[in-house]
Amino acid sequence: MSKDFSIVGKSVIREDGFEKITGRAKFADDYKFDGMLFSVMLRIPATHAKINSIDFSEIQNNPSVASIITSQDIPGAKKIGMIKNDQPVFCDEKVVTPGDVLAMIVGEDETELRNLVAKIKVDYTLLPTLTDPTKALEDNALLIHPELGSNLICYHPLRKGDVEKGFAESDKILERVYTTQTIEHAYIEPEAVIAIPLEDGAVKVIGSIQNPFTARRIVASVLNLPNEKVQVVQAQLGGSFGGKDDTMCMLSARAAVAAIKLNRPVKIRYARDESILESYKRHPYILKYKVGFSKIGKINAMKIDLLADGGAYCSMSPFVTWRSVVQATGPYEIENVQTDVRAVYTNNPYTGAMRGFGSPQPIFAQESLMDEIALHVGVTPDEIRRRNGLKLGSVTATGQTLKEHDVNLIPVLDKAVSFTNFAQKWKANKKEQVAAKEYVFDKPIFRDEQFIAPDSLIRKGIGLAVSFRGCSLGAEGLDQSSCYISVQPDGKIVMLSGLAENGQGLRMTLLMAAAEELGVTTDKIIYLETDTSKIEDSGPTVASRGTIMGAAAAKNAAELLRAQLEKVVRDEYKLDETDFISFRENLVFSRKKGMIAKFDDVVKAAYENKVELSAIGRYKSPDVSWDEHTGQGDAYFTYVYGCQVAEVSVNTGTGEVYLNKITAVHDPGTVINRLGALGQVYGGVTQGAGYGILEEVTTNDGMIRELNFDQYLIPTAKDIDEIKPLFLEGNEKYGAWGAKSLGEPTLELGAAAIANAVCNALGKRFYNLPLNLEEVLLGRKLRPQDIKRGSL
Amino acid sequence: MEIKFILNGKEVSTITEPSLRLLDLLREKFDLTGTKEGCGVGECGACTVLMNGKAVNSCLVLAAQVNDSEILTIEGIAKGDELHPLQKNFLLNGAVQCGFCSPGMVLSSYALLEENPNPTEEEIKDAIAGNLCRCTGYKQIIDAVKQTAKELKMEVKA
Repeated sequence: MSKDFSIVGKSVIREDGFEKITGRAKFADDYKFDGMLFSVMLRIPATHAKINSIDFSEIQNNPSVASIITSQDIPGAKKIGMIKNDQPVFCDEKVVTPGDVLAMIVGEDETELRNLVAKIKVDYTLLPTLTDPTKALEDNALLIHPELGSNLICYHPLRKGDVEKGFAESDKILERVYTTQTIEHAYIEPEAVIAIPLEDGAVKVIGSIQNPFTARRIVASVLNLPNEKVQVVQAQLGGSFGGKDDTMCMLSARAAVAAIKLNRPVKIRYARDESILESYKRHPYILKYKVGFSKIGKINAMKIDLLADGGAYCSMSPFVTWRSVVQATGPYEIENVQTDVRAVYTNNPYTGAMRGFGSPQPIFAQESLMDEIALHVGVTPDEIRRRNGLKLGSVTATGQTLKEHDVNLIPVLDKAVSFTNFAQKWKANKKEQVAAKEYVFDKPIFRDEQFIAPDSLIRKGIGLAVSFRGCSLGAEGLDQSSCYISVQPDGKIVMLSGLAENGQGLRMTLLMAAAEELGVTTDKIIYLETDTSKIEDSGPTVASRGTIMGAAAAKNAAELLRAQLEKVVRDEYKLDETDFISFRENLVFSRKKGMIAKFDDVVKAAYENKVELSAIGRYKSPDVSWDEHTGQGDAYFTYVYGCQVAEVSVNTGTGEVYLNKITAVHDPGTVINRLGALGQVYGGVTQGAGYGILEEVTTNDGMIRELNFDQYLIPTAKDIDEIKPLFLEGNEKYGAWGAKSLGEPTLELGAAAIANAVCNALGKRFYNLPLNLEEVLLGRKLRPQDIKRGSL
Repeated sequence: MEIKFILNGKEVSTITEPSLRLLDLLREKFDLTGTKEGCGVGECGACTVLMNGKAVNSCLVLAAQVNDSEILTIEGIAKGDELHPLQKNFLLNGAVQCGFCSPGMVLSSYALLEENPNPTEEEIKDAIAGNLCRCTGYKQIIDAVKQTAKELKMEVKA
């Protein structure tokens, strides 16, 4: 980009930083109101059960219980959902997964309520369970939601060319099966929400809510109120990563029902175990790939079958798996592709949106597969990707011709490969594999240091993974955003966006876009809290669309205002039509006269002349298309590309994978806030590493084993030695000055790159995530398969 | 029982259940909501405060133990609106995203620098290993602590 920016591209401290670093920032649980009550949930230790009766007699006259809330108290919709209304607010007929809530009790003393909830007697009959997604579509499978007639949540087919012909023309065919695990978002702030009754039966909800507009829609439907009687305000959000959507809508609805019934503010806050128990997770996938390629490694055909376990509720499964169908081949041009993606219901914890959103799973599979193809062809992993990678004018699996944007796949790959000296390291490590095999797989290791020097147990590995990722929602849904800006008489600027901050720094990004356009410093702009009553719905903060959609709308609003201000300047300072006006650092310049005024003076003049100084900027995504029967269409209007290289040390005695360095090359278009962009890379890479080697939510007959951070392990400060972010900025025509997406691409590549690096170290390929100790050392899971053992 | 202790430099006393968690004592009785609860089992470090100069998980400390001690929370780190160098450097380095772990991170780092003004990178990582962060990947936090150590050292020299 040749434009000379004064703010865009710089590192700017986030506007909410001072509040956060001094402990003054208010998260949902930090709000207190007079007369506020707490709510505690009633659950049963069952995965699938019919509820015969609930006996509240032992607590209903207890003075600590202000009210018992059941589905009888719901005036409107008793079932809710992001896409399908299949999740009961209170499950008083049937429980289909252990997180289900039957009822809740409300009162002043939360601790006492927790004691009392145990005294409620629930009579229930256990039902057989379905926890294996591969059995969900069998003819005699039990149905999780019998009224739907099938356990199929959604099915996305894709057909391009003729795969059988492609396989027939191939020199070599590989068939592989991969599995990925369930993981937890693990935002450090557990869920919290307060509902406050207002006048005229209206209600205000303040909470750790990712998408206030979605919460408003759901609360309104449950309360049977028009949207305008439900006001949703987002508190500071203590992390979300896609995870504070469905669950928070549900908690908002429950709190609102109680608040309206009791006419008092009602708070629900979850402890960590409750949060992990009830909130949705990342989909585990079973991924079957068949690939045919020529002697030189050109892929002729790919047949893909993906099965996602949606758990007990539909949630976002149709959209999550839709991204999978678009991106399942990886960023490769393949003539013949057949992909089938299904999500199914089971009694497992339900799964939904999580940063990455249906991409980390197929990337692990397809990038593992590419490395195997490279071995068969006898070339390095980077070379096999060059031979098949998408370039300008390439046609994707969905039949979309890539044009009108920088198709940066090969450039990001080349940059990563040369920066890390990839090929040379990869070849050197490969030579060492023979010795490693002897240690790991054939005989037990003696840990006596006298016999084996610890260093000799360590093998080095390097691996890479690449991806392309459609920006924003694509053909998933309507895609537009709005931003309101007005200038106050004192020159301060007020901004309101329909897109909500999720903790990632979106507010600062939008402020910077507007400040750049208006030529003011960012401290002149005040970002108002997101409030559903004050700005139009801009869709959710998901799909890495905050910057591409939000900053574009902020820039458009600023452009409109600036045009107004320019008119004032021209009149006030008697500039002729040929003079050029510029705004920079709170000053206004004319090409002919130099500095002519302060920004504030122009604003004052505008007010005196009654010129309107407010504007709403909008940004609407370009058209996309999709044929749901063939899986063909222009799925997304633009794409970003990424390449990550993992360098690891594998301890062949313990199976431990240590991450020495991860190099992350991404093409976010134009970087707006460098500090924020770097933060996205460091954070995303670290989450990707957790997905690769540490994290797994395991269940036993649907019951989650890891309900707190003592068992569910996420990366600490000590788990990755070095992360190197590199940006390849380009000329993108969409978004504000071409600013695209970054949040999710940074996460989706890590697990695949690490798996390839471990394979480079050991000479053994792994098909199941995560690569924890037992997977690396033994190649299988080490865990009890049945808790009903021994004397139990 | 009645307990007396020094809270952010001021002597305070209150009547409390001896078994109340220090975390709840701070949040509920003293309205110091900068101390956060993330797990309740001493794993995440979001509730970290300093007790007699040592970083502790306030979810694992009971009110009775606090008697006669000195407690420092995030609200006591800055002098009014003037940030402590650690806080300033957290912001400058982009070490704050959602901000939920930040108070605990600052206090663990503060305890480290009090004890060891010249820490190595490994020592910084050790000091914050008990504080989980899901947003930042820790890198910018480590940078912030490093930079603060350097600045404080220069200040001493000057």
